[in-house]
Amino acid sequence: MDRLASRFAACKAQGRAALITFVTAGDPDVASTPAILDALVAGGADIIELGMPFTDPMADGPAIELANLRSLGSGTKTKHIFALAADFRARHADTPIVLMGYANPMLIRGADWFADQCKAAGVDGVICVDIPPEEDAEIGPALRAAGVHLIRLATPTTDAARLPAVLDGASGFLYHVSVAGITGKQSAAQANIEIAVDKLKAATDLPVAVGFGVRGPEQAAAIGRIADGVVVGSAIVDIIGSHGDAAAPFVQDFVATLRDALHIRETAA
Amino acid sequence: MTDTLSLPNSLRSQPDASGHFGAFGGRYVAETLMPLILELEKVYKTAKADPAFDAEFAELLRSYVGRPNPLYYAGRLTEALRAKAPAGKGAKIYLKREELNHTGAHKINNCIGQALLARRMGKKKVIAETGAGQHGVATATVAALFGMECKIFMGAKDVERQKPNVFRMKLLGAEVIPVHSGSSTLKDSMNDALRYWVSNVHDTFYIIGTAAGPHPYPELVRDFQSIIGKETRAQIMEAEGRLPDMLIAPVGGGSNAIGLFHPFLDDPEVAMIGVEAAGEGLDGKHAASLAGGVSGILHGNRTYLLQDEDGQITEAHSISAGLDYPGIGPEHSWLHEIGRVQYMPIKDEEALTSFQTLSKLEGIIPALESAHAVAAAEQIAPTLNADKIIVINLSGRGDKDIFTVADALGVEM
Repeated sequence: MDRLASRFAACKAQGRAALITFVTAGDPDVASTPAILDALVAGGADIIELGMPFTDPMADGPAIELANLRSLGSGTKTKHIFALAADFRARHADTPIVLMGYANPMLIRGADWFADQCKAAGVDGVICVDIPPEEDAEIGPALRAAGVHLIRLATPTTDAARLPAVLDGASGFLYHVSVAGITGKQSAAQANIEIAVDKLKAATDLPVAVGFGVRGPEQAAAIGRIADGVVVGSAIVDIIGSHGDAAAPFVQDFVATLRDALHIRETAA
Repeated sequence: MTDTLSLPNSLRSQPDASGHFGAFGGRYVAETLMPLILELEKVYKTAKADPAFDAEFAELLRSYVGRPNPLYYAGRLTEALRAKAPAGKGAKIYLKREELNHTGAHKINNCIGQALLARRMGKKKVIAETGAGQHGVATATVAALFGMECKIFMGAKDVERQKPNVFRMKLLGAEVIPVHSGSSTLKDSMNDALRYWVSNVHDTFYIIGTAAGPHPYPELVRDFQSIIGKETRAQIMEAEGRLPDMLIAPVGGGSNAIGLFHPFLDDPEVAMIGVEAAGEGLDGKHAASLAGGVSGILHGNRTYLLQDEDGQITEAHSISAGLDYPGIGPEHSWLHEIGRVQYMPIKDEEALTSFQTLSKLEGIIPALESAHAVAAAEQIAPTLNADKIIVINLSGRGDKDIFTVADALGVEM
């Protein structure tokens, strides 16, 4: 079993959803990122989503857009992101890392180069926001050849007719984008999330993680009762926005509240 | 480079079924938008085959836009260039008068077509991005015509620079939303329009202003703008009894250029020049994606982009807000790679000079975008024999640019 599968299985064995936390690599700067990543792990994150900054993050709301600009403004380059991932892998052998970002920075040197770098740095999976299944040939074959998961997104607009196309070639886990919108803005109604997760779980054996608009412990706990994973991004990124290079302890405290909330399922069940 | 032996029989049959023009184009959007993009493709295919759709489009172009607009022989410009050229040189220059359209540019052709599609899809709200405000005004105009709710995303810097157009859009009933993200210009207004669209995809149609974005936009914008080339073809046959030797058009995203070029792509005797904005020069700040960019993915399509070695998009610069964009329509990237169209950079200062030249010689104040094409023609015409014919696409009128030009010339208004 690979790192992602083992981690989801371990969480399941504990009777809880996996906590997936997002931060942008190099936010506020490359030097501060290792401490922030360690704080995520210390707070109880199960899987790290590491954002690759891009000048034009079209699927992101203001919080993550600002994080992208802070990172690029402080000089973050692609080589730094892979170095951050490789160093993290050396410190945390078992915590999966998923790179999340946009096609252009991933593909500028070719998909094979990108896939090789991912493999070498110990990256477990990739989420590419603007590569739908129709354009899989750009990145999918290279990642699969390198043994890196391509994590696909299902959204409220992904209907039953389209879902098979999304699942074809999906691996690692399935990321359910709970709102038709951008990151960190509105939150979906719990009832709608439940209906969507049920449908997705009926269609795939992959773990289903829910993200977009999950801002606090209560919401994370509610989603954690039905999904295999809960993704929290903008709320953490906001803390980094407020505290800058001193953010690590605040990030750790916040992540711990999320993780504590996910344990409630054990007692409630 | 594409192998020329493997080129299709017709250069007019692109894109392929998945929306690619050679290696360019495609559908690089978030999953949330994919179902809508696929539906749009279906609706457009049906509309394209429906004579009633075509008839309504043609009627609106006639009675509302004022088409056909003239193909005008620019005699004084032609003679002025001949006077400086060697004996027997100096091609005959015609202007395709897109600036005479309602709202003053070619943009309206496309907006009418897309509004008809929006109505077919049952969408009552439209959004658009705009740089200088021309596409915003055209979109606000058709929204008023069709009784649709309209939001225009415009970079905060451009809102400040283009106050008359902002007021026009408001008069037409549109809401203008200033965009503060990124560099607060055209590229950022497109980002924010996409962010709004992804959040309101159930009831909103995005009227993209140029022949770019995810498939099927580059195809349908080109088709709606092809009226320019079709009219030019008929008009030059009537005036000269033959096809022109060269077409020249400015290229930002490239919708007016592809509209003029496309009906002539299979006529090898017709040379074509797309004019990119070279800003302060290719070694300084510019907006020439083909001359200074490499292939990448942005705003839904693969195309040439201005970017750094990490794939971060770099800021474009042109005195013409309509050309101030770091990318170009994917069909132009393809036509550039196969060599069918030549692309030529023209600097701010050259465009400024031609802006004044055309005003004084022909009594036509061109848009700064169009002035780039005039500048290219001024360089090329004197090198061609006097029996050659050039058609310039005068894509828009320059009223909107008088403040920018006055400022550049140091004139207080």
